[in-house]
Amino acid sequence: MKKFVVFLIVFFLPSLCNAQDEVYLDNGLKVIFIEDNKSPIVTFQIWYKVGSRNEPLGKTGISHLLEHMMFKGTKNNPSKKFSNIIQKNGGIDNAFTTRDYTMYFQTLPSNKINLSIELEADRMRNLLLKKEDVESEKMVVMEERRLRYEDDPQSSLLEEVIATAIKFQPYRWPIIGWMSDISSITKEDLYEHYRKHYCPENSFIVISGDVKPKEVLPMLKENFGKIKPCNNKELLRQKFLQYELEQKGEKRVYLKKEAKLPYLLVAYHVPSFPQQDNYALEVLSVILSSGKSSRLYREIVYNQKLAVNVFADYYGLYLDPFLFFVGATAMPNVDIETLEKSIYSEIEKLKREPPTDREIQKAKNKIESSFIFSQDSNFSKGLYTGIFELHGDRRLINKYLEGIREVTKEDIKKVINKYFIDDNKTVGILIPVKKEGT
Amino acid sequence: MSFFSPIIYKSRDVFRFYFSVILTLFIFFFLSSYAYGLSIKNLSHPSGLNILFVERHNLPIVAINFLIKASPLNEDYEKAGVAYLTANMLREGTLNRTSAEIDESIEFIGASLEISVTRDYTTLSLSLLKKDLEQGFQVLADIIQRPSFPENEIKRKKELLKGMLKQKEEDPSYIVSKVFLKELFGNHSYGRATEGTIETLDRITRDDLVQFYIDYYLPNNSIMVVVGSIDETEISFLIDKYLKDWFKRTTTIVPKEKFIHQIYREIQSPEIKFIERDITQANIILGHRGISRDNPDYYDIVVMNYILGGGGFSSRLMKIIRDQMGLTYSIHSAFSANKYPAEFYIEVQTKHESADMVIREILRQMKKMVMENISEEEVEEAKAFLIGSFPRRFETIKKIADFLALVEFYQLGKDYIIKYPEYIKKVTQESVKSAAIKYLNPHNYIVVIAGKKDKINLSDIEKSEQLR
Repeated sequence: MKKFVVFLIVFFLPSLCNAQDEVYLDNGLKVIFIEDNKSPIVTFQIWYKVGSRNEPLGKTGISHLLEHMMFKGTKNNPSKKFSNIIQKNGGIDNAFTTRDYTMYFQTLPSNKINLSIELEADRMRNLLLKKEDVESEKMVVMEERRLRYEDDPQSSLLEEVIATAIKFQPYRWPIIGWMSDISSITKEDLYEHYRKHYCPENSFIVISGDVKPKEVLPMLKENFGKIKPCNNKELLRQKFLQYELEQKGEKRVYLKKEAKLPYLLVAYHVPSFPQQDNYALEVLSVILSSGKSSRLYREIVYNQKLAVNVFADYYGLYLDPFLFFVGATAMPNVDIETLEKSIYSEIEKLKREPPTDREIQKAKNKIESSFIFSQDSNFSKGLYTGIFELHGDRRLINKYLEGIREVTKEDIKKVINKYFIDDNKTVGILIPVKKEGT
Repeated sequence: MSFFSPIIYKSRDVFRFYFSVILTLFIFFFLSSYAYGLSIKNLSHPSGLNILFVERHNLPIVAINFLIKASPLNEDYEKAGVAYLTANMLREGTLNRTSAEIDESIEFIGASLEISVTRDYTTLSLSLLKKDLEQGFQVLADIIQRPSFPENEIKRKKELLKGMLKQKEEDPSYIVSKVFLKELFGNHSYGRATEGTIETLDRITRDDLVQFYIDYYLPNNSIMVVVGSIDETEISFLIDKYLKDWFKRTTTIVPKEKFIHQIYREIQSPEIKFIERDITQANIILGHRGISRDNPDYYDIVVMNYILGGGGFSSRLMKIIRDQMGLTYSIHSAFSANKYPAEFYIEVQTKHESADMVIREILRQMKKMVMENISEEEVEEAKAFLIGSFPRRFETIKKIADFLALVEFYQLGKDYIIKYPEYIKKVTQESVKSAAIKYLNPHNYIVVIAGKKDKINLSDIEKSEQLR
C-alpha cells in the first residue's frame, strides 16, 4: 500500500487574482476591470441588482421575462438583432436571471469591446417593449417553464419544497414565475419594472480579459455616462434583508407525477454570507457530498446501495437567508422511507462526532482548487467578482476565503446541531405514478 | 487610475532536484506551432504514445488529458457497455489501491479525475494544482497501468449503472434521442447509449473487461495532452518514472474495430414514432443520416448548419420558430460529425397543440435551404462568427487539453489551429448551397415525438406521407 504524505496546504488564493481596478462614472455606475491578456478575448458583464426577490406579488417571473425582452430591440435599434450583431463579430452573448440579480454578458474578440458598450448602454435606457413582442415572448417563457419545471419531476418537487419551506419571503417563488403570473404580465408592468431597476446606480459592469482600461474608459463615459440616474428611493428600501420567521415544526410535501424513480429532497433554513455560520455550512456541504469519497456518497450510494445519486447543496452567497438542501434519487426497488432514514442517520452521526481534521482539510482544498481553476476563465473571474460586488464590495472575496480557511471542527459541530433539526426541515417526496400507455 | 500589480505565484518546484536524471530521456520535439499565444509541442516516444504539450504559466495548475482509442466501436452488440464499463472500472481498484483509496487521494488534493466514454474514444482527464502534480500523476498512472477489476466493484458498478439508466428514461429528451438513434443506426454502436443497456450489462463478465483493457489500453493506441504550468523536463520525468510498466505493453498490433458496415437503414419516406408520456410538451427530434468528421465538405456543412439551426439566435429556425412564432424556448440543428458518418438532427420542444405547426415549419425551412437562395450576408455572418469565436475554444487550460486531444484523434492536422480560419474562408455561397442540397433531405427523415398522442394532430404529414 502506498502511503501519501499529507500536504499542508499553503493558502495563496488572493495573490492569484489578476490586477483589478474600478472606476465610477458620474451617474453612479461602477465599472470593474480584471485585466488578463493571455488570450485576445474579453468578457463584458453588466449586472442589474434585480432578481425574483424584487418582484411584486402576482407578477412573479417579471424580472426573467424582462431579461428576455432586453433582446427585442430598442428605439435606436428596433431590429431584434442584438445577438446577431455580437455573433457576426465573432462573439457569443447571453443573459440569466437569479433570485438576486440579472446579468447580461458577451464574450468577444478584444478589439470588438465597443459593441458591448454601445449595445448595452443603449438597452439600459431605450428598450422598445412592443406589445406584440411581449405577447410572443410570454409564450416562449411558458414553453421554457414547461421544459424546465412542469415536465421535469425532480424540478417540480424542488418548486414544491421551496414554496412549502418559505412562507412569505420572495425566495418562495421560482425565478421563472408561476404560470398564471407569467400570462398576466403586461407591457406596462414590464416598463415599470424596467424603469425602476435598470438604473446606472443600480447596476455595475465587470470587464474581464484582454482589456486596456485606459482605452475603453472614454467609450464607457461616452455611452453609459450620458444615462441619467433614476434617483429612485424605493431601490434603497429593497436592499434590506428580508427575514423569514423561524420554522416551528417539520413540514412534509408529496408530489405524485410520472417518473421512473422515487426522489427525496430535504430543505433546512440556513443563513447566507456574510453571517459567520455561512463558512462552516459551505465546508459541511463539501464534506457531505463533494466527490465519491464524501460521506453521503460513500455511505448511501457505495456502501448501502440505496441511491443512484445523493447530494448536499448549499449556495451561501444569496443576499437573504435561504435553504440547505439534501437529496437523493432512490435505487430501483429501494423504498424512499429507508433512504430518508439513512440520510438522517448520517447527519446524526456528524452531530455525535465531528468530521476528522483530514475531512475538513479535504473540503478546504476542494474549495481552494475550484477557486483557482475558476480564475482561468474570463467569465468565471467576472462572476466571482460580481457576486461579491453585489454584496457591497468585490474585495469581500478575501473575507470569504479567509472565513473558509478558519472553519474548525467545533464550527461544523455547531452548525449541524443548530440547523439540522426536525423543526427546521421541510421534506419533499416524489412518488412516481405510471400512466396508461407507458 | 491605479492598478494592483499582479503577483506571480511561485510554485514549489518539486522537480528541480531530478533535473540530472532526465539525461536518459528519449523524447524529442519535431513540431512546434505557434498561434493564438499557444505554442504546441509534439513529443515522440518510442512506445508509440503520442504526447502533445503546451506550457502556460498564468496559473499554478495543470491539466492532463489521456485519450485512448477505445469506444463502443470496439465492442460486440450483445455486450454493449464493455467500453464504458472498462473505462469506469479503472478507478475502482488497482493492484496497489482500492477504489476508496483512489477517490480519497484524488479528492484530498482538490483534483478532478474524470472518465468519459464517447462514441469514438475514451478520455481520462486529470486537472490539479501544480504543487500536487506528482501525487496526482501517480494515481493516474496507476489506474492506467494496473487496474484490477475487482468482482465486487464490477457488481456494484453495474447495479448503479442500471439505476442511472432507468433514471435517464425520466427525461423526455433522452427518450426521443434514444429511439431516434436506434431507428437510424439499428445495431451499430452509434445507435445506442455508450453505457449499454440493462440487458447487455448483465452479460458482461470480468473477463470481458480484462480482455478489452488488454486489447485497447495500449501506449501506441493513446494520445496524452499536457497543458499548464509545467515544462518538458517535468513531463519527461513523470512519464519516465511512472508509466514505464505500461510502455512494456506496446505492441505492433493495431487494435481492431468491430465495425458494422451497413450502418444506415434506407429511409424511403417520412417515418413517425410516438412515445406516450404524461407531459405538457411534445419533445420532438427530426433527422436523418449525417456525415463523418473527415467529410471533404465538412466546413461547408458547418456554415450551412449554422444558418439553418446551429447558430443560436442568428439561425433561421430560432428566428422563426422562437422569435417570430413564439412556439418554443429552444430549437437547434446539428450534424454529429464522428469518426464514421453519424446523424443530422433538429431538436425542439413545444406545447402539444403546436407540434404539428412546428414540424411543418421545420420541414419548410429545410426545403428553403435546399431549394432557395442562401444570401451572401448570411454566409459571411456565419463565417465571421466561426472565425472570430475560434479562440474561445482554447481559452482555459482544461479547454486546450480537450481541444488538442480531439485535433489529434480526428487527425485534423498539426497546423489545424493556424489553418482553421483558412478552411472557413474558403466556404462560398455556392458551396453552402451544394452542401444543403447534398446533405439535407426534407423528404425522407425520421421524426420521434414523446408526449400525449391524443393531443397531437399530425394530419398533414399523416395524410400526405405514409405513417409507420
